[in-house]
Amino acid sequence: MHELGIIFHVIKDIEAVGKENKLKKVNAVTLEIGEVSGVVESYMTDCWRWAADKSDLLRGSQLVIDTIPAVTVCDECGQNYETVKHGRTCPYCQSENTHLVAGNEMNIKEIEAC
Amino acid sequence: MDEVRILEIKHSVFDANDKQADKLRGELKEKGIFLLNLMSSPGSGKTTTLTRTIEALKSELKIAVMEADIDSDVDARTIAATGVDAIQLHTGGMCHLDADMTRQGLDGLNAGDADLVVLENVGNLVCPAEFDTGASKNAMILSVPEGHDKPLKYPLMFSICDVVLINKIDVLPYFDFDMQKCEQYVHMRNPNAIIIPICAKTGEGIDKWADWLREEVKAWKA
Repeated sequence: MHELGIIFHVIKDIEAVGKENKLKKVNAVTLEIGEVSGVVESYMTDCWRWAADKSDLLRGSQLVIDTIPAVTVCDECGQNYETVKHGRTCPYCQSENTHLVAGNEMNIKEIEAC
Repeated sequence: MDEVRILEIKHSVFDANDKQADKLRGELKEKGIFLLNLMSSPGSGKTTTLTRTIEALKSELKIAVMEADIDSDVDARTIAATGVDAIQLHTGGMCHLDADMTRQGLDGLNAGDADLVVLENVGNLVCPAEFDTGASKNAMILSVPEGHDKPLKYPLMFSICDVVLINKIDVLPYFDFDMQKCEQYVHMRNPNAIIIPICAKTGEGIDKWADWLREEVKAWKA
């Protein structure tokens, strides 16, 4: 499963941060997930519960997801538009010469720990 | 009770893997080992294409293969029958290989004197595109029965590949596969992609693919 692989990477990363900062317990982890990054939020939280509870540092911790809206810019007319609503075709000039400026993020934003 | 604090991390989930992949790529470059990451959907003909590729190149290059699958060792057996070293990697249910798993595979393969190592990734057009394996180059296979619209549906995969092999061209008359449209869609997502139509079953087009691979290995070792 796609989400599980990503969660494993997040856990590995946070365990390294925990070691570095001598953390005892992580209460919450916040991820920034772009709207079109291709992961399903509910699968992420399900995978998190299963995988995080196997880690001493992360047992019982909460996964918080901040969604970042997807925005595409048109290379022809220069306007920004909502990616999810209009896809790759610019709603202003109908050009397909467009690219994503935000919405593909998959970042670990912060952790709450002691 | 210890005081709860907030630690700002602010990095991508893929950062750690990207760093490991860059490190592995550097080490392979130093050793003169070219690592090809071969990706596709299940059933597009990766193993058959690979068998043909080995036949075309094994007299001039020392080749080794890592087969990544969720389960079974059928692919590794098929490849081992061609006479090259092959290892089967099990991902334990995971849909892709990352740089660390690739490194473990290379260690298990004892690929120290190989010129070309091929990593046959898990059949999947989504996740393998997100995890850099440390490969020198990425190639993918799109087979005719899958349809010419796949570059639009799986844009990331097509955008990260240096080569797109279009396999099973022998069945083109039986499918509504528009080669011109397919090439156009691939180039929309990746203007630099090299497209090579092949038929792994009959061997058509394999010479052109082998030429590309031979040149890339040569350039990597230079």
